[in-house]
Order: sequence, then structure tokens, then C-alpha cells
Amino acid sequence: MNNNENLYQFLLRCADDNLIAGQRMAEWCSNGPILEEDLAMVNISLDFLGQSESFMEYAASLDTTGKTSDDLAFGRSEREYYNHLLVEQPNDDFAVSMVKLLFFSAFQKELYTALMEGKDERIAAISAKAVKEARYHYRHASDWFERLALGTDESLRRLTYAVEELWPFTENLFETDEVYNSLFAEQIVPDMKSIREKWMTTMREVFSNGGVDIPANVHMYAGGINGYHTEHLGHLLCEMQYLHHAHPGAQW
Amino acid sequence: METVENTSAELLAFEARLAKDEVIEPKDWMPADYAKTLLRQISQHAHSEVIGMQPEGNWVLRAPTYRAKKILLAKIQDEGGHGLYLYSAAETLGMDRAQMIEQLHQGKAKYSSIFNYPALNWADIGAIGWLVDGAAIVNQVSLQRTSFGPYARAMVRICMEESFHQRQGYEIMVRMMRGNAEQRQMAQDAMNRWWWPALMMFGPHDKDSAHTQQSMKWKIKRQSNDVLRQRFIDKTIPQAHFIGLNVPDPDLKYDEENKSYQIGEINWAEFQQVICGNGFCNHARLSHHKKVHREGEWVRQAAAAFSVKQKQKQQDLATAMA
Amino acid sequence: MSENKNDQLPLWEVFIQKSNGAPIKHAGSIHASDKEMALQNARDIYTRRNEGRLLWLVPSNAIVATVIEDEADFFDPADDKPYRHPSFYEVPEGVTNI
Repeated sequence: MNNNENLYQFLLRCADDNLIAGQRMAEWCSNGPILEEDLAMVNISLDFLGQSESFMEYAASLDTTGKTSDDLAFGRSEREYYNHLLVEQPNDDFAVSMVKLLFFSAFQKELYTALMEGKDERIAAISAKAVKEARYHYRHASDWFERLALGTDESLRRLTYAVEELWPFTENLFETDEVYNSLFAEQIVPDMKSIREKWMTTMREVFSNGGVDIPANVHMYAGGINGYHTEHLGHLLCEMQYLHHAHPGAQW
Repeated sequence: METVENTSAELLAFEARLAKDEVIEPKDWMPADYAKTLLRQISQHAHSEVIGMQPEGNWVLRAPTYRAKKILLAKIQDEGGHGLYLYSAAETLGMDRAQMIEQLHQGKAKYSSIFNYPALNWADIGAIGWLVDGAAIVNQVSLQRTSFGPYARAMVRICMEESFHQRQGYEIMVRMMRGNAEQRQMAQDAMNRWWWPALMMFGPHDKDSAHTQQSMKWKIKRQSNDVLRQRFIDKTIPQAHFIGLNVPDPDLKYDEENKSYQIGEINWAEFQQVICGNGFCNHARLSHHKKVHREGEWVRQAAAAFSVKQKQKQQDLATAMA
Repeated sequence: MSENKNDQLPLWEVFIQKSNGAPIKHAGSIHASDKEMALQNARDIYTRRNEGRLLWLVPSNAIVATVIEDEADFFDPADDKPYRHPSFYEVPEGVTNI
């Protein structure tokens, strides 16, 4: 139960996106291709977790049953998670992780920039802080995109594979529904079509710098924001929520 | 680094500098054995930081709250950073990081044996921070005054950054001990498994230590194994008792007069076994490191190839403009 | 920067300015294959605790340094030139603001 169902739902989407992205990025901790990059990826993971917590706290503040941000993060099942499909996809290899980060950070930097102008002050404030992180993530990912595209035959092959695997989940980032549309009517969230246009402009530039083709005519997946997920999410949550399932009610 | 045979004049000058507590810099003359000892110790220290990321990394995805997850990630990241500072310090002695990693993979370079124990429950993350980092800090504080400049400077930065590590570990133990019966049991279980290995981290008794004497003379090591171990024991046991943890040592005695604890006999046979590679996780830690290194190779190659191509492009551009 | 013979990418020296107007000081080193990676790696490793507002990255092999053998010839000659310091000069008692 909560005071503002639509706002609450949207906050959970933002919080879940960042939490799942942060958890995936944390998988690189002590597994990076070079020590410096290991540390860089942990920084990115920490940024995601911080952003997630800010949105989750806001969501918890609307919850009338006294749930905390931790209750919301560690107490919901995969059908109650509302992140986009892209962020829950497995890392597979470094190219997949960097392409995922590229798609997601390019989306986040446009979304946050727009949310800063929105009518909800708390969201605007969180976004103003988060946009700097998103821009840095984009810089990191787009640099790696170029290095892998123009590096060796193998890196290009892996990059191309990553693009083919992940591109079908990108349209989902711009999906809207009744929840979103009602917040749009309240001028809290921006027109998703304009976010998508900006995102596509960015992608055309990055792909052209790397001499890589943008996939055409691929089937695009929908879901995530309605609690309908790929099978990967369940495993991620199973691990993330392990202690809460093993020791119900314990305080950590 | 100078590696020619010691002429006595140079050696005397070197020892005179040490006597004045001067700090030795990488390009200064130094006895070959001094450089060799340093390289061994610093690279071992660096590898320990990096391998040490594994047992904690084992829990990072299962950390139970936002707070715990952020703290643990930041802490493991620090360990990686410290490995990096130490590799850099060792690199000033003329060996590059790739060579050091190769030595680790070949078993020629060691890392701290403490990381050859498994992290089995969430309280282990507490015990590692509190006991393992606690023991490391006692050692590292002493090393801030080590005679080799790059090592000493790395230590100063490391000690500053690690100051939160022990506290975060103790905080986890406190929370577990104030939690339910299962949590208290997990905390005591972690204490039982990590206490003795933490004491072993200081190395053999002074009388049995092969390296201590020479290292002390060269002021690489500033205080002996036993002195540092005792300091750790005396500050840690009251912390355990304060939250109701038992110290797993039936022979533990408190010496009222010296305000100091006397511990029972350390199991040196176990220590030797782990050093020889027969610890529970020796194989797993090393093969994990090798696997990650191997899997990252194509990324490093791509970055290097990209850089070469970029430089070529700039040269071509410059030629075309000329 | 040394070539990538060693599989760990070339070495760079990191210099950090702590705050606006402060001197730019050496902080340590990192490995990176290009300038942009060097900047980002330095940022991710040496400024995690708000240590800086500005970074300089220099390929390690571009650094020129003196050695201990140079110390006497380079620096001792400055020892006997106290007239470069204000304390060398006598100022009559009662004179202020000088």
C-alpha cells in the first residue's frame, strides 16, 4: 500500500534498474581483465547502488506499511521487480558488459537530464547528482566500445556478438505504459520519444566511430517494467537475497 | 637499481645512510640482496592484496543490505588499489607487473597464507575485516617507517585508506552477536576458524624466522614478528570479550602484571602445510587468478592494438599535413 | 611510456591537484594503453576519496630524474648562499613592515 501508486511504481523501476545493473557490475569485482579496470568497474557498481538506494528510499517513504529500502530490495520476488530487461542480462564477457553499459548509460544520461527539469523535486535532485555519474559511465563505455571495435579481430568479433545479443533489449528502455503516461501528464517524467531520439543519435555516432553497423530488422523484446522478465533475473535475485531467505527475520 | 658486486665503500655508505634513518630511493645504490629482499616482500605483499579480494568477493553478491554491499565493494576495491600501489612500488626496482604475475602463477612468488582459508558464512566477512585486516594493519603501521621510499610511501597511503576496514569488520561481528541465535553461532564459528590463522599472519617466532634478522638490520622490517603479534593479541582479545565472543584458545592466560595475554601454542605444522601449498584454498585461489588473467588477455591485447593504431593514425596525419 | 612487451599496458605517473590553486603533486602510477584510459584509471584509483580536482598524466618513461650520485654536485652549491633568504639581512630595530 502506498500514497501514490504511479509514482511509487516509477521509483521502483528506477531503483530496480540501478540495483540490478549494480549487482551485475559487481560480478566483475576481483575478476577484471586488468587491475585498473577491476577498480573502475567497482566504482561504476557503487554509483549504481547509490542511485538505486536514493530511489528506493523515496519509494519506501511512500509505502504506508513501514517498509525500508532494504525490505524493498531484498524482499521482492522476480515478478515484483520492475527493471528493464537489458540490465538483467548476464555479463558473459567484458565486451557484453561494456556494450550493456554503453546502451544503459546513454539512456540514463538522457533520462536524468530530462528528469532534472521535471516537477517532482526529489526526483530532480536525485537525477542532478546521478547524471554526472551516468555521463562518466557513458564516457568509459564508449571509449571501450571504440577500443574493442578497432582493436583486434577477436575484440571486434566479441563486440559484434555483444551488440547482436543486447540490441534486442534496447527498445524496451523506451517502453511506456499507463503508469508512465500518467506521470508524463503530471510533467514529472519526459516524453520518451525524445529520449529515444537522443539515444539513437548517440548510438549512430558511437557505432560510426567504431565502424560497426547498427543491427537492423531485429525482433525487439518488451516487458520488465511490468514484472515479466527473462529467466536470468531469478538467479540473480536468488543470490542477492540469499541471507534473507536462509534466515528469515534476521537483522543485518 | 645497482646490481654489481658490493664494493665495501659503497656498502659502508649505504649502511651509514640506514644508520641515519635515511630513506633509500629506487635509483640509489643498494646491495643486490637488499633489492632482492624488497622485491620479494613487496611483490608478496601486492599479491596478497589481490588474492585477498577473492574470499571477500565470494560474498559481495550476497551482502544482505545496501549498506553492507557498498561497504564491502569499497573495501575489496581498496584491496585492489593497494595491490596496485604495491606493484608500482616494486616496479621501481626494475621488475614489471607482468613478471610479478608470472612469478605468482609459477609458484615462485608467494602471497599471505591467510587467504588460503575459505569464507563460509557472512560473519566471515566480519572476521576477515576485524581479524585479518586488524593483523595486517599492525604490521603495516610498522612498515610506514620501512627504509625503502616507494614502499614506505605506499604504506602510508594504504594505512590511511585501511583505517575503516577493521571497523567495518568489527561492526559486522557486533551486529551478528546482537542478532538471533543463528547469527551468534555464525559469528563464533567465524571467530573459531579465523583466530589462529590471523595469529599466523605475523610469521614464525623470531627465533625461527629466516628473514627477520637481516630485514631488521636493513630497516626493511622495523619490528619483529613476535612483538607485532603480541600487540595484535593484546588489543584484539578485549574486543572479542566485549561482544561475547570466545577466543578459541583453552590455554589463554591473562598476565595481570604485564597487562598482556599469553596464548597457547600456535599450530606451526598447519602453518607449514598452508605455506607449502596444501592449504584448503591454495589451488583454488591461484587457479582463479590464472583464469581471470587468461580471460582478460584479449582485452589487454585489444587495448594495446588500438593504441598502436591510434599512434599510427596520428603519424599519418602529421605526415600528410607536412 | 614503455612498449607493451609485458602484457600489462604501459606505465604512467599520476599527478593530482587537491584543490583549486594548490600545487600539482605526484600521487603514484597506473597502467593504461592510451591517454583517455590513463586519465580514467587515475581518476578511478587515486581520487576515490575526493583527493583531487585536476589530474596530470605523464608517461613514466618521459620523466627525467637526478640520481643520488648527482646530489652533491647539483644541490650542495646552494648551501652557501644564505643571501637568498630574508633572514640573512639585518633590519634596524623598530623598523616594521619589511
